[in-house]
Amino acid sequence: MERSNVDITKLQIGFGGLKVLENLDLHVDASEFLVLLGPSGCGKSTLLNAIAGLIEVKGGQIRIGDRDVTWAEPKDRGIAMVFQSYALYPRMSVRKNLSFGLKVARTPQGEIDSRVGEAAKMLRLTELLDRRPSELSGGQRQRVAIGRALVRHAGVYLFDEPLSNLDAQLRAELRVEIKRLHARLGATMIYVTHDQIEALTLADRIAVMQGGVIQQLDTPKKIYREPANRFVASFVGSPAMNFLRGRIVRNGGPAFIAGDVRFDLNGYAFRSPLSDAPAVLGIRPEHIEIIGSDHPSAVTARVEMVEPMGADALIWCRLADGTAFSFRADADAKAGAGDVLGLRFPAEAFSLFDDQSGQRL
Amino acid sequence: MRLSLTSKLSVISALLPALMVMLVVYIGATSWTAWMSLTNSRMLPNNNFVGFRQYQLLFTNDRWITSVHNIIIYGVLFVSLALLIGILLAVAIDQRVRAEDTIRSIYLYPYSMSFVVTGLVWQWLLNPTLGVQYVLRSWGFAGATFDWIVRPETAIYCLVIAGVWQASGLVMAIMLAGLRGVDDEIWKAARVDGLPKWRVYISIIIPMMGASFATATVLLSTAVVRLYDLSVSMTNGGPGIASEVPAKFVMDHLFERANIGLATAAATTMLVTVIAVVAPYLYWRARKGEVR
Amino acid sequence: MSAIALSSVRPRRVNPARWGLYAFILITALYFLLPLYVMIVTSLKPMAEIRQGHLLALPASPSLAAWVRAWTSACTGLTCEGIRTGFFNSLRILVPSVVISIVVGSLTGYALSLWRVRGANILFGAMMVVAFIPYQVFIYPLVRVFSFTGLGQSLATIVTIHTIFGLPTMTLLFRNYFSSLPIELFKAARIDGAGFYQIYARIMMPMATPMIVVAVILQTTGIWNDFILGLVFAGRDNLPMTVQLNNIVNSTQGERAYNVDMAATLLTALLPLVIYFGSGRWFVRGIAAGAVKG
Repeated sequence: MERSNVDITKLQIGFGGLKVLENLDLHVDASEFLVLLGPSGCGKSTLLNAIAGLIEVKGGQIRIGDRDVTWAEPKDRGIAMVFQSYALYPRMSVRKNLSFGLKVARTPQGEIDSRVGEAAKMLRLTELLDRRPSELSGGQRQRVAIGRALVRHAGVYLFDEPLSNLDAQLRAELRVEIKRLHARLGATMIYVTHDQIEALTLADRIAVMQGGVIQQLDTPKKIYREPANRFVASFVGSPAMNFLRGRIVRNGGPAFIAGDVRFDLNGYAFRSPLSDAPAVLGIRPEHIEIIGSDHPSAVTARVEMVEPMGADALIWCRLADGTAFSFRADADAKAGAGDVLGLRFPAEAFSLFDDQSGQRL
Repeated sequence: MRLSLTSKLSVISALLPALMVMLVVYIGATSWTAWMSLTNSRMLPNNNFVGFRQYQLLFTNDRWITSVHNIIIYGVLFVSLALLIGILLAVAIDQRVRAEDTIRSIYLYPYSMSFVVTGLVWQWLLNPTLGVQYVLRSWGFAGATFDWIVRPETAIYCLVIAGVWQASGLVMAIMLAGLRGVDDEIWKAARVDGLPKWRVYISIIIPMMGASFATATVLLSTAVVRLYDLSVSMTNGGPGIASEVPAKFVMDHLFERANIGLATAAATTMLVTVIAVVAPYLYWRARKGEVR
Repeated sequence: MSAIALSSVRPRRVNPARWGLYAFILITALYFLLPLYVMIVTSLKPMAEIRQGHLLALPASPSLAAWVRAWTSACTGLTCEGIRTGFFNSLRILVPSVVISIVVGSLTGYALSLWRVRGANILFGAMMVVAFIPYQVFIYPLVRVFSFTGLGQSLATIVTIHTIFGLPTMTLLFRNYFSSLPIELFKAARIDGAGFYQIYARIMMPMATPMIVVAVILQTTGIWNDFILGLVFAGRDNLPMTVQLNNIVNSTQGERAYNVDMAATLLTALLPLVIYFGSGRWFVRGIAAGAVKG
């Protein structure tokens, strides 16, 4: 099986006067699993469709497997694609759905049979080959759609929100299945989703997009731990990251002042030179711990509400100045509304953002 | 939800017209027509039971045989041509053409007009001395002959031409709605699979349009059974009885030829035929509704 | 795959297939427009020009004389007062028929959709079946019923007849529409204590404006274009325009005045055409709504 890399340079796409993507660059390695993550309308599906050749580009270049395919027909690009609505051919059996494209391309019958058999086996579709799509469940339909992509033996597999139409449990199952498939085939995959869990679990690298611009392109771990800006920080992670407004002061060791609370910044890896300026401090709920209010470095906060979440509990608090935040605690943590807690905010888990630009400091 | 007495009375009062219509008009009139067909009523209805004699007379009646013959020719050609042309027009418009709204309006406007108007226009166009034949000859096709409307063996085809002209737009509208309902991702998937466009239509899209086909076919078929105005206005059944149709047979025998028994026998035959066609369709729709 | 030569040149947008498509559309559009065109040019020509000239030629000296004659003095059988009597007859039939059939149909559809009454589905199913039955089955018994009631052939009769034969389609239209509204609306109104007719008049009908528009278009074109019912039930003094038109064209003695015929035909087609071109997509919506039976 071919494994192609994908190179996009200075890609421009617009509809009428509206510019959707402008001068976008992206490189995907062979065998890489890249996820395009972002809210709806961020341009991620447009980018995927452009790679597939389903929409016309205004400028720039797309190379797949080191061939310029900017103006090539989708079928000649060495790609295969899986769609959100499955897009199965409703009047054809599963077998026909898998084989129809190959047949039209005049692939020898023996080759068709072996590819269909192989894909069906891999996706546990063998029993279903003679059924119509309308006789299948949502999860089975999506497996057929994936199978239709697999038989193409493409260099790049494109997934356009393939799991969005499924319920939560099926989504989790198929997610694992796709991940297994990637591990087994080692194929290049580009996967569009708005679901950050899918992105974090599947991707080798994630490209977080907004407004037609890639905000950050990095490994899931880096995206989660070191978001490049406030958008990425707030979009990734659930429950969401806390944001506290305040300013950075260098006096007496770097610190972040929010109201009359002082957060020590010793241990935070600054990317930009330190200066006194208004900023936003971000911290994920799971990084705040209870340490007892008598501890010298404790920040005190009053509990407003406790949200039990099964394995743990989300505790909503307010600082003295009224700033609200939440943190994760043990499901057994003894805290109730009105309690005053002493909390530790570890500087190495902070993300500091410029108040104006929202960029990481 | 239990209804109070006042609500019940209100509901019943609202449904009264429909109930009356059902009982008096539909059930009452239909049974009466069926009963009349078993009597020897001539100008005035009577109750002299004669069994199926009217039906024997009917199926030995030249005029009726011609009518049935004609309606079969008309029905088959009209339905299949209107479907074919309608689909072609719908597929053409589906290609994101310019001025789509205008083109659609042009295809559909004949459907807004009455059959009488359609019949008269085509009578005029097909008139051999002044119409299309004359135009062809004046363009230099000296031998061109297009006199179907005055020849007994071809007059019925003229009704087909006019009918198809009027109804193709209807098929186009129904089919276009169906085509526009096709998931865009199916088209994308087909492009990725490298299928040529015509192949996508024939192998994937058209087979998906079963419901649109059924709707269009049923509408066209009802129009076939009701075919009356067009025959009256275009050829008045002529030349001779060459373009007679069953609905006209019934009307003529009821009101001009004063043969109620024969007319109602013909009407009952039409009724049975229609029910035989429509009942399975309605059953299919109802079952589909349940599945959904 | 690798054998395929890929072009890196932007493809030309206009290709032969596209030209073929536009040629097809142009030719078919001309075919559909031809009768209308011929009607218009013929109606504007004097008879002499029609006899000698060309069917497709534009009129040498356009004149509205034929239109005036068609409107005021063409002979419809015995009288020669033009098609205007038919026009006004059709109007007198049209207005009450449209209003009454929509009121009755919407009320029936409302009762059948939102009020669970026993036998509602049977009644509705039966109405759908009869919508397909040819008129010829009912016509003679109905003639007898109306002559028995003393109405005979009259305006009241033809209005009743249009209401009866419009009932299945109108019921279907409104039943489907009311069924598509959120049922909570109806429940809330009942909890507020509104009665059957109050909910109909205050809540449902004001919300049904789009369906009313569709129904008006459907019924107006349907009733205006009717021929057979008007012929049988309207009576000699109320014959609608379509019947008068057929009389003008098909019962003329001597040489036929094609220009007058065409002018009369156009006059008869005018109202539906105006409604069609004026209402645009509503007309299509009406067809679709009327088409989806059951």
